[in-house]
Amino acid sequence: MPRKRRLPLRDLLIGAAAIALVASATTAPARAGGTLRVGMTAADIPLSWGQPDQGFEGFRFMGLMLYDALINWDMSSAEEASGLIPGLAESWEVNEADKTRWTFRLRKGVKFHDGSDFDADAVLWNFDRLFDKDSPQYSARMASLVNFRIPSLAYDPATNAKGWKKIDSHTVEFTTKSPDSFFPYQVCYILMSSPARFEEAGGDWNKFAETPSGTGPWQLVKLVPRERAEFVPFADHWDASRQPKLDKVITIPLPDPNARTAALLAGQVDWIEAPAPDAIPRLVERGMVISSNLYPHVWSWHLSRVEGSPWNDVRVRKAANLAIDRDGILALLGGYAIQAKGHVSPGDPWFGTPSFELKYDPEAAKALLAEAGFGPDNPIKTKMLISASGSGQMLPLPMNEYMQQNLKEVGIEVEFEVMEWQSLLDRWRAGAKAEQSLGAHGINVSYTTQDPYSSFTRFLRCDLHAPAGVNWGYHCDEEMDELLRNASLAFTSEERNSWLAKVHTREVDNALFLWVVHDVAPRAMTKQVKGFIQARNWFQSLTPVHMD
Amino acid sequence: MRPAPPPSLPRPSLGYMFDYVIRRVLYVIPIGLGVTILVFALVHMSPGDPLSAVVPPDAPEEMVQDLKKAYGFDRPLPVQYATWLGRVLTGDLGVSVARGREVAAELRIAVPNTFLLAVGGTLLGFTLGALFGGIAGYFQGSWIDKLATSFAITGVSVPHYWLGLVLVIIFSVEMNVLPSFGMGPGGSTAWRWDAEHLRHLVLPVVTLAVIPMGLITRTVRATVAEILNQEFVQALHAKGLLHRQVLWHVVRNAAPTTLAVMGLQLGYLLGGSILVETVFQWPGTGSLLNSAIFERDLPLLQGTILVLAMFFVLLNLLVDIVQSSIDPRMSRQ
Repeated sequence: MPRKRRLPLRDLLIGAAAIALVASATTAPARAGGTLRVGMTAADIPLSWGQPDQGFEGFRFMGLMLYDALINWDMSSAEEASGLIPGLAESWEVNEADKTRWTFRLRKGVKFHDGSDFDADAVLWNFDRLFDKDSPQYSARMASLVNFRIPSLAYDPATNAKGWKKIDSHTVEFTTKSPDSFFPYQVCYILMSSPARFEEAGGDWNKFAETPSGTGPWQLVKLVPRERAEFVPFADHWDASRQPKLDKVITIPLPDPNARTAALLAGQVDWIEAPAPDAIPRLVERGMVISSNLYPHVWSWHLSRVEGSPWNDVRVRKAANLAIDRDGILALLGGYAIQAKGHVSPGDPWFGTPSFELKYDPEAAKALLAEAGFGPDNPIKTKMLISASGSGQMLPLPMNEYMQQNLKEVGIEVEFEVMEWQSLLDRWRAGAKAEQSLGAHGINVSYTTQDPYSSFTRFLRCDLHAPAGVNWGYHCDEEMDELLRNASLAFTSEERNSWLAKVHTREVDNALFLWVVHDVAPRAMTKQVKGFIQARNWFQSLTPVHMD
Repeated sequence: MRPAPPPSLPRPSLGYMFDYVIRRVLYVIPIGLGVTILVFALVHMSPGDPLSAVVPPDAPEEMVQDLKKAYGFDRPLPVQYATWLGRVLTGDLGVSVARGREVAAELRIAVPNTFLLAVGGTLLGFTLGALFGGIAGYFQGSWIDKLATSFAITGVSVPHYWLGLVLVIIFSVEMNVLPSFGMGPGGSTAWRWDAEHLRHLVLPVVTLAVIPMGLITRTVRATVAEILNQEFVQALHAKGLLHRQVLWHVVRNAAPTTLAVMGLQLGYLLGGSILVETVFQWPGTGSLLNSAIFERDLPLLQGTILVLAMFFVLLNLLVDIVQSSIDPRMSRQ
């Protein structure tokens, strides 16, 4: 009778180890960071060819992932206000003798995703792409997306005289129209695309967009229009501190807030932007983490100063600012906002020392209105242009209705012209005097306060009303113009901040807007998402994020 | 011995049918031309600037004018129409202003996705509708009829958008058994016929099927009830035909009306439901239209509406031809 053969223990252990090794080799990801799926508020994947569309969300989830600018935003701290740091330029300085000339020294050894070198020629090529209509890479669409963000740069379309030139292979000189210390803030919006990839794409930006190439920390590996974009780390990124920890990021357009919330709760995404405030308690109850932080945003009424506007009287403007119950509005927003004390928040270096304090004091508001000749028997009647939704608009209808009630209680009767977001923006562009603004005395468009020009200059400088700019209300104050000019001529950050603080102090003391809240950009994510630092910025970095 | 079936109308000759089909096909040409004029006019008559949604609000007027010139929006409308029509006739639907992608390429992705949803919704809606309608009509006045009619009225009355959201809350958010959006883990380009992807079809198909189910239930019920009251049915019964034989005659007589309603409904479903596709982020033509409307992307809007309208025209043509082959009276009219 044959003896039963016993399997030796050693063989069993070796076999088990081999199986475990094979299994782990086939299932373990290449990196330990995992895949992050993000539900964006955009209705489509932002344009991937360099300058993104879809506003600042386009920069956040496409532009600054694939590309770098010469100067980048510092997104490494949640506590400090986000400032400028060297990007593809290691340093930059203004010429002491001629303050319209800026020298940028470029970082050496930087590669585009396609392996080509980044150098001074690439910088010139990218600026030609936006301004020089004779250059093969000129794109009117791309220019329309970003050129208004760099208004100081000198360029004469008639003679094609350019304010950018090569000094050597890694030095570029820019010239501004006039001395302007805000120029570095403007440069950080210009993202560098690869000239070599453009050539490979046959000089077609639409083809380039399918396989884009920048110098950013992420590479685009898949783009399905209106559905998803997939990014993987760019291993040769020049900044080791910004090497992504995740294996992959997938961005998915989910414009409807309810759809985003449902997708997160159903486990189809790991992170959603801007959950609806009333959904946040439910998300928390289901174990989601809510991340929020102050960022440069203000929700306000932009007031008209054209003839006949009731807001021409500073007492009326101050009364309106004192009539708003901002605590009530905060409750409406589920606590996800910060009461405005001005155009920028009190912790901002540009806040200054305004003497007029924005608070809820209806009695003081009534007294100011009485002083201005108005009262319950003689209420102020005014019309506002508002939208039912829109980028950065938070909850425009309930917030505006709440304010309408507050203002009525002190003797200001507000009539609303409610319109679709794009229609509102058309009217914003056209200015308060335009026929399409329907004789309104104010418009509710929320604003970024990311940089000095966006925060102050474009709304306050006398010459920037329509069609030259978006000083919608035709505000004009020579003293303010002088303060803005001094700020733009201050080439150290301390001096510049000091002038901008004076600008803001004057702005608040004259109650030039009706300020309500600053958004805190809530975003919801699962507990598996780790390492995210929500910078005090419209832009955020996904490079430190990993999945638990 | 079984009685002989009632004599049916003589079928039209092949030549007669051929003439009818040719005539109907030729009608498509002026209809198509009319559709292009309507589509172009409606899109351009809507208020607002064609570039306002794609150009940032701060962009200077000079830049906006440059862009208008680049896209040809600065030319007179008749010239723009003629240029567009010329391109359409060669199969070029233009390029999306907002996205920079070819409209035809966008439609090549979106149409099959909508088709998938429409076929699912059609199969479910038509099957349930014909079943409920047939039973309700046959048992007219009974509790079964009342139940089926209640279903139908509910189906027609419930708003798509609301039903979709409720289904998402129940099955995705609370029960976590079905996905709430999309076509699958890899998007539409990675669609496969497996359980994981079919799960993504369930909620949008059910939502989409509800209205056709209600409409067809009501149509079939009314038609069956009407036919059952006609004299020839009594005659069939009197001749001693079996129930199922009588039912066959009823079905044949009810078919043309039902088919017409089904054709229209299939047309609507193929057109893509903006609401259903938006709720479920389904990347079909409805979703494409939604984006085009919000971004005021005129080339995309024109191209999508035109293709959907032509689908409708061709579907009606097909239904007419099928109807005439089933009911000879149609081609004689």
